Amino acid sequence: MLKKYKGHPGSLVVMLLVVGAALITFTVLLFLVAYVLIKGVPHLRPSLFSLYYTSENVSLMPALINTVLMTLLSLVIAVPIGVFSAIFLVEYAKKGNRFIGLIRLTTETLTGIPSIIYGLFGMLFFVTTCGFGFSLLAGALTLAIMILPLVMKTTEEALKSVPDSFREGSFGLGAGKLRTVFKVVLPSAIPGILAGIILATGRIVGETAALIYTAGTVAKVPTSVMESGRTLAVHMYNLSSEGLHMDQAYATAVVLLALVLGINTLSGFVAKKLTKV
Amino acid sequence: MKLNKFKEYFMQGVFFLAACVSILAVAIICYFLFEGGLPAILKIGPLKFLGGQVWRPNNDMYGIFPMIVGSLYVTAGALLFGVPIGILTSVFMAMYCPKVLYRPLKTAIELLAGIPSVVYGFFGLVVLVPAIRSIGRTLGLGGNGNSILTASLLLGMMILPTIIGVTESAIRAVPSYYYEGALALGATHERAIFRTVLPAAKSGVVAGVVLGVGRAIGETMAVIMVAGNQPRLPNGLLRGIRTLTANIVLEMGYATDLHREALIATGVVLFVFILLINVSVSLLNRRDKNA
Repeated sequence: MLKKYKGHPGSLVVMLLVVGAALITFTVLLFLVAYVLIKGVPHLRPSLFSLYYTSENVSLMPALINTVLMTLLSLVIAVPIGVFSAIFLVEYAKKGNRFIGLIRLTTETLTGIPSIIYGLFGMLFFVTTCGFGFSLLAGALTLAIMILPLVMKTTEEALKSVPDSFREGSFGLGAGKLRTVFKVVLPSAIPGILAGIILATGRIVGETAALIYTAGTVAKVPTSVMESGRTLAVHMYNLSSEGLHMDQAYATAVVLLALVLGINTLSGFVAKKLTKV
Repeated sequence: MKLNKFKEYFMQGVFFLAACVSILAVAIICYFLFEGGLPAILKIGPLKFLGGQVWRPNNDMYGIFPMIVGSLYVTAGALLFGVPIGILTSVFMAMYCPKVLYRPLKTAIELLAGIPSVVYGFFGLVVLVPAIRSIGRTLGLGGNGNSILTASLLLGMMILPTIIGVTESAIRAVPSYYYEGALALGATHERAIFRTVLPAAKSGVVAGVVLGVGRAIGETMAVIMVAGNQPRLPNGLLRGIRTLTANIVLEMGYATDLHREALIATGVVLFVFILLINVSVSLLNRRDKNA
């Protein structure tokens, strides 16, 4: 294989650089995942999963439950809005409309805003101006705005990939626009939409900066959406910045990593389903 | 029949309103940030705020110049590590990777993008910080490991998936006859890639790098955990530094009055940086489409 580089030393060097860079990238990833797993798995004790947090057991269970609650709440807010606006963009809007350009511009802007700015905005608007206080609701609303462009984008792609013949067939059978959208177009776009929702879930699970000053850092399961509660990522940040419970922080990192790995695999699986159809 | 027509119009209205939410969101984000931050900038004085070198809220001194410099340093450092490795890796993925390896490697890169920033930060805290500390000690340069260098390394890792993803699709979008033509003229595989394919994909590559800049400058949690967070101008790569993002998170918990407003104003400065980056990305994309 190396024979073809005879007389081309420059090309050989470049080839080695390319392969070397790829090796670095994948070694770093492998090292990170392996390091966290090897250091963390031995610390996964049953006491970490007890229902109530005390400074004794440093349980991550309340944070885990909060993460699920936060994810559900944010998705309930963001998914309908995201899907509906994608329907508007793909099915209803006329092409080349100024208004469409404005929507595209704003969604691109939302995509680029870092999570700390969302957190700051959430604190100013939902926590203070709306008077929600540090609460699950304020956190979920903030995250909903954050994942909105992601949901919109993936739904749009999914709707666009539905062939026009589906729509024409439905119109031909006498269905109205609305019925066509809900009974024909949307069902065939579901795998794509689902993949987007799973990606959004991944972002919510990993989010910290947008939540510290919106959902707060209370380490228990709230009894209503107006109470504060920390998610797993926030819990992890608190543990490692306090520096008192490093073993538990390792274990929490394992759980967080496992969640993200699971979510990634699921989204890949759904996406594969999509390409098969 | 009439009811049906009403339903059609009603739902069309609902879809339209949903589409307006993102416009509304950007509008209120801008309004509340600027409303919260601008008064402080005016009260402190724009020059004193942006150019002041001392951040001492207890003495009413609010200069964020060290933080601006800090954000720029760690972002530049991240680019120094992330861009060459990212671009070369994407060349590997697009032009070298054996078919059997492609799926697993692509999944690995997606995973790299999905790992939460606290986990990156934690990794930096327990692996990179001690490593840099001992290197600094053995070389006699001092420093406790929380430094510009550590933050740059970590951010370099974190922007890899962004750069690789965008660059790879830019390379794949170059028509294959560019590559084939170069080969036919006697170029080696490498020469064909680096002299014809990559230059043709230039604007995509630049867009990837700019997106990486956006990610690096906006990153918060990972940087806080490894950068040391001292709000002063650093005098060496192994010294600690505080970024704009870190400033907000570290002090917002207990800040009141003008201090709090100054932190919001820090967010405004960051927001303006990000908007500039966004605008340049969309300009790049537009030029790409026209070409």
